This record gives sequence, structure tokens and C-alpha cells, in this order.
Amino acid sequence: MAAFATLLLPAMCPAAVTAFTGARILPVAGAPIDDGVLLVEDGRIRAVGARGAVRIPRGAETVDLSGRVILPGLVDTHSHIGGVAGGDASDPIQPSARVLDAIDVLDPGLARARAGGITTANLMPGSGHLMSGQTLYIKLRDGSTVADLAWRDEHGGFVGGMKMANGTNSRGEPPFPGTRAKSAALVRQRFVDALEYGQKARNADGDEKPARDLGKEALLEVLDGRRTVHFHTHRHDDILTALRLREEFGFRLVLQHVSEAHRVADEIAAAGVPVSLILVDAPGGKLETKDLDFRSPEILERAGVDVAFHTDDYITDSRLFLRMGALAVRAGMSREKALEGLTLAGARMLDVAERVGSLERGKDADFIVLSGDPFSVYTRVLQTWVEGRKVFDLDDPEDRKVADGAYGALAPGAHFAGYGEGHL
Amino acid sequence: MSARAALVALLASLATTAVAQDVAVRGGTVYPVSAPPIADGVVLVEDGRITAVGPAARVRIPDGVRVLEAAVVTPGLIDAHSVVGLAGYLNQPHDQDQIERSAAIQPELRAIDAYNPREPLVAWLRSFGITTVHTGHAPGEVVSGQTMIAKTAGDTVEDAVIEPFAMLAATLGEGAVVGGNAGGRKSPGNRSKAAAMLRAELVAAREYLDKRGDGDDGAAGRNLGLEALARVLRREVPLLVTAHRHQDIATALRIAQEFDIRVVLDGGAEAYLVLDRIRAAGVPVIVHPSMTRAFGERENLSFTTPAKLLDAGIPFAFQSGFESYVPKTRVVLFEAAITLQHGLTFEQALAHMTLEAAKLLGIEARVGSLEPGKDGDLALFDGDPFEYTTHAVGTVIEGVPVSDVVR
Repeated sequence: MAAFATLLLPAMCPAAVTAFTGARILPVAGAPIDDGVLLVEDGRIRAVGARGAVRIPRGAETVDLSGRVILPGLVDTHSHIGGVAGGDASDPIQPSARVLDAIDVLDPGLARARAGGITTANLMPGSGHLMSGQTLYIKLRDGSTVADLAWRDEHGGFVGGMKMANGTNSRGEPPFPGTRAKSAALVRQRFVDALEYGQKARNADGDEKPARDLGKEALLEVLDGRRTVHFHTHRHDDILTALRLREEFGFRLVLQHVSEAHRVADEIAAAGVPVSLILVDAPGGKLETKDLDFRSPEILERAGVDVAFHTDDYITDSRLFLRMGALAVRAGMSREKALEGLTLAGARMLDVAERVGSLERGKDADFIVLSGDPFSVYTRVLQTWVEGRKVFDLDDPEDRKVADGAYGALAPGAHFAGYGEGHL
Repeated sequence: MSARAALVALLASLATTAVAQDVAVRGGTVYPVSAPPIADGVVLVEDGRITAVGPAARVRIPDGVRVLEAAVVTPGLIDAHSVVGLAGYLNQPHDQDQIERSAAIQPELRAIDAYNPREPLVAWLRSFGITTVHTGHAPGEVVSGQTMIAKTAGDTVEDAVIEPFAMLAATLGEGAVVGGNAGGRKSPGNRSKAAAMLRAELVAAREYLDKRGDGDDGAAGRNLGLEALARVLRREVPLLVTAHRHQDIATALRIAQEFDIRVVLDGGAEAYLVLDRIRAAGVPVIVHPSMTRAFGERENLSFTTPAKLLDAGIPFAFQSGFESYVPKTRVVLFEAAITLQHGLTFEQALAHMTLEAAKLLGIEARVGSLEPGKDGDLALFDGDPFEYTTHAVGTVIEGVPVSDVVR
């Protein structure tokens, strides 16, 4: 698809320098630049600035984007594309289950994400468990295996967080909890057990070492701060429970969804915990979201909370992710923070802001080309670039089918439907 | 203000809104829809009806009439198909009245016996300028029940309703097939069976109608379900057929022809594959929400379907649709807005959630445009209504300001 369309472009040649000129550039990390130049070399941003302020090397390929808008690639902090799956019904807490082992990178959801300008995403298992498993951070580069797309640490290891949930989604018949207090007690006990396991493993020698336990190992990664908890939570009291657990165990935390964030904004701010929000078209659909408030982004911004957004795809369509920031602006958030919420703030929450989230020298050349203002309903995503390679082009007929929807363009798109809408 | 003074003021304001249905709405741009936009226009509403529409310089506002102002004024928006008022926002068993699972065919179920005008989602839609909603029984059974048309104001269904039996809701395809919550029912187990059951019921209604003639003659053996179907056979009420796959759309058209009934196609995710046949059948389409989720029967949906229907000359309207989960309702304004990136102009998108929707629902004599004689239903915005960052700033129904929330 997009890969074939880009075969002839110089961006494919790793050594070439490409200058994208003439666009209005919104770097997020700095002031907007009219008539800007984005210089890309070897998949990285070599320079960004105003025309005249950036020297374009002789021989560089020039792409004229006059009249367009360039934005950093969008960062989706919470998505279910790729047919993700985590733990099964055997246990409400399954830290060893990895979405890594379930993701179908050919799922059309990934193509929809590219069409929506998303270049980095946190693929999460559902919220039907207190802990449904390990999440995976991906780049939306073209690729045919999950290994091609996954974020890697300096040792080549896969990078992701841990999905947790409280409230009603994760309740059920035993062994699942029946109440909120039981929900908290179950996860506290598991964290306590993991700490004891870690202590034993560190102190014991040879045969006395405890047998390896993959779940406890993953929990220790959480407790060591190496694996951020992405905590599905809606109601004000459940939000505070998540903060209380963090206080007790010291894990790193991103609050996810947070429909009643507006009610505990000061508490969230005092804890210094970032929030990833979703705005849907109406409150309700379940008890916990009945008080969803479009003003939450503004209220959190004023309270000094770092705010990002997410699609929760299939809850909202990845192709319309920019709309989420626009709805936040509609309800009072500043344009600057709303843009940041779609890009750099999310990158911070995934610990990938050194590489993505803004257009700065040295960062990955992940960017999108828009036809106009990012928050206008009349604007379209024209191109999506990951690491200097074009992965979506509205002018490519196959890509356009994905962007618009067409017979067969998005099938088989039903992977996640089978997982159950009630547990997102 | 003391509690007593507050109470007096409240009662006074209630009394005022209850009787005074005079208001003038002045807009930087007024879109009558039935006529070109008017810069600095005024819409005068007296006794609940529009009495004048024109440039501010030419419309005299009588002394004492309240004047509302906004940058943009449009006719009150029409949601051409919803389940609000029946499917409550809590999504708990006690507030879900949009579908009855005890039988596959229940045409006797009246929407008016379930509609809750105080449901918060009705107020939610009202706050976005939606003044008229076609709502009722949801897709999901072969014949799930009746639909109705209501204004989004009023404390009782009698106050709200403008058409108590608008259409009869039917479903073809996978959506009609019994699922896990059908209480052990076996049928319909596939799409052929669903069509066969619908045809059999229409045949039964035809025989009932032939035997008993029009109306209730007092004879024993009245069947409320067959009476409702007889109204479809008499072409008084359309059959609203929810169908997404092209073959199910074809089945709907086949049944329309076989029984010589009026059909309105609902959803139509694959309508773009059979445009010629839909046009030839003279069937209008209430197109699925742009943002409804693209999986299952809807996996082939396209944001460009409204533009293709328009090009093909097929009447269509926008809807908020039916959601089983979050969000429990969509907002027709947002759904129409998506088509601006996919082939529709501003004027076309606006028309298909106002006047064209009214025509499709058969209520264009009362609503859908700003013309003298029509109901004083208006939506006020602080900019382009479709822009994400514009706010709905007021809603007027029959001359009464019913929302001043900035949304």
C-alpha cells in the first residue's frame, strides 16, 4: 500500500536529505513557524526553522508544502488496534500476559491510525481485569511483524506499560472482585507478594532462590519504575484509589479515561500524576461515565496537570484523533495545550519524548502534513511520515480508501469486536 | 436573593416561558435553508410560529419582544433517527426501553408508551440545537416496534410528540439474527429466515386487512400488531428497514416491491454499492452516523456515502443512530460535520439535517426551514455550526428559549 507508493521517493534512501518547505510548522516544542523548513536526514530531524534560518544543503530533495500545515506525528496513549488481547477469565490480575504476543500488525486498525496521523501508540489490553497485562508502545512504521513496529529499549527489549483498571469493568464473579474494596485489596496483596519475591530473589543464593515467576517479575518492573501503570479509571473515588495505590507502592502512573477528573483535579495535580483523557460525544453509556465533562481538559490544565488524549480505538476512530483536541479547545482548553495533548504530552507519558512528540533537531522525523488548521473540521490529514518514510498519503488510492472507508478497505476489522465492547 | 424571592422569580420565569412564545432572533448570518443566507438577519416568532424572516433593517420587532442574538442562526436541527428517550444514558436495565427481546416481531409496541422526555440525553441533544428527533424502537429484531417524532422539549410525551406513529422499525441481516440475549429463541437464525418471518407477517397483515377492512369495526379478535402492520400496507406509515449489507438492502427493496409498501432505508453502510437500485425504488436513506464503529456488518462503511447518495439523487438525512455502549447517543451535528471533508458543502450538510430531513420524515410543513408559518424552532451558534471549536449557544422551540447552555 503506502510502502509501494513511496518506493521511488528519495526519503527511502537513508543518506538523502529532504527539505520540506513552505508549510506552516507547528513544532509544539516552540512557537509556530510560518513558511518553515523541516530538514530530514536518515530518519531524523536535522533542522527545523523559518525559511532563511535553515540552510538547505546542496543536493537535498525539496518537497514544497506551501499552504500546508506540519505537525509532529500524533501520540495515542491508549488504543486497542491490532486485535490486542491480554489476560483471560482465569484471574483478575495477569501481569505476565503481554499484548506483544497477540498483536496483528496487519489489522486494518493500524492503517486507520496512520490515516489519522498517529505515529506512536500505546497498545493496551482491555479493562475487564484489575490488571490485564503488559502494554506495548509501537511506532506506526510499515512492517510485517510486531518486532518491526515495537519500541525498543537500549538493550533491544520491548517497551510498554502495565494496564490496570478499577471501578465496574473489572468486577465479576470470583475470582474477580465483587466490590471496590476487594478490587483494591486484591492488587495490594499481589504487589506485596511481588515485593517479598523480589527480596527473596535478591538475598537468596543458589538453590534457595525462588523459582522464576513471570508475573512477579513484571510486577517488580512496575515497582521499580521501569514499567508505567496505565490505570483505567473513571469515578472520582476510583481515581483517588489509584492515587492511593501509587502512594503506597511508588509505581509510575498515568490515569486513563478519567471521566470525573474535573472533580479531583487538585488532588491529581498535587500527586503530580499525568492524565490521558478521552472525550466522547455524550455522557453516559455506563454509570461511571454519566458525569463525563468536556471541561475536564481545561480544568486540569488550570490545575497544572499534564494532559494527553487517547482514542481508545474502537471507542473513537483513530482517523478522527485530531478532533479530540478540538473538542477540548471547544470546552476551554488552550490550543497550545490541546496540541501538546495530542503529541508531546503523550510522548512524555510513554517515556518516549526524547525521540518523538515535537519537531526538534535530533528527534525522529515523525510528522504529519495537514491541509489546514489542525482543529478545523474542514482539515484533512494528507500525509503521515514515520522516521522519514511516508506511511500514509491521501493521494494514494489505496490509502484514500482507508481514510474514507470503502468496500473491503477495512476488513477484516472485527478482531476487537469479538473481545467485547464492554471492557474497553 | 431570599429563598422566597427566588421562588417567586422562578415561578414568574416558568409562567413566562409557559405562555410567551414570542421571540426575535437576530443573527450575524441567518440560514433559512429554504432561501439564501441573510446577513444581519432577524427571525420573528409570534405565538410559537415564525411570522417574519429577513434582514434586520426590514423586520420590525414589536415592542417588548425578547431578542436573542448569535453569530449564526439556523433552523432547529433534526435528528432523523435516534433512540433517545427510550435508551437512557445510564445504560442500566431499568432505563433501556429501546428493544424488547421476548419476540422477533412486535409491531404493536408504541414508542409513546416508553419515551421519557426528561431523559438527560434529550436535554443533551437539545443543547446542541437539535429541536426535533425521530426516535423509538431500536434496530435488533425483525420488527422491533414503532417510532415517533418529538420535539426535544416538553415534560410529558404528550407535550413533546408531533407524530406518535412515524414508522415501523424493522431489521434485516445479521442485526436481526437472535443473539445470546434472546431468551432461548431459535429464530431468526439467519438472514433468509428473518426475511421469511417479515414476509409471513406482512402476508398475515394483508389477510387481516382484507378480512376486517379499515379501522376497528368492533368485531372480536382485534390484533394490535397486525393493525400496526396494516398501516404499513395501507402506505400510511413507512417500514423503516435497518440494513447495512448490500444484499440486505436488496432484500428490503424486494419486500417493498412485493407488498407495495413504503420503505425508508436505515443505516445503509454498503448503500454505495447499490445506488441505482435504491434510486429506482424511490427509497430514501437515513444514513448511518459517520462515526459509527466500522466493524461487523458496518465494516465497509464510508464517510463518502452521503456525497454518493446526493450525487445519485437519493433523498437522505443524517442521524445519531443507536449505540449499545459509550457514547450512548451521538450528536447529529457532529455526524454531519464529518461529511464536510468527504464531499458535501456546508449548505448541503446543513440542509440534510434540517429541511431534507423534515421532508424525509414528512414534517416539512412544520419544521426544517425558517419560513413564515413554520414552527419557531431555531439553533444559535457563535460561528460555523460544524466547526469543532464553535459553540452551540442557544436553542428555541416554538418560540421558547429551551437552552442557553454554551456547549
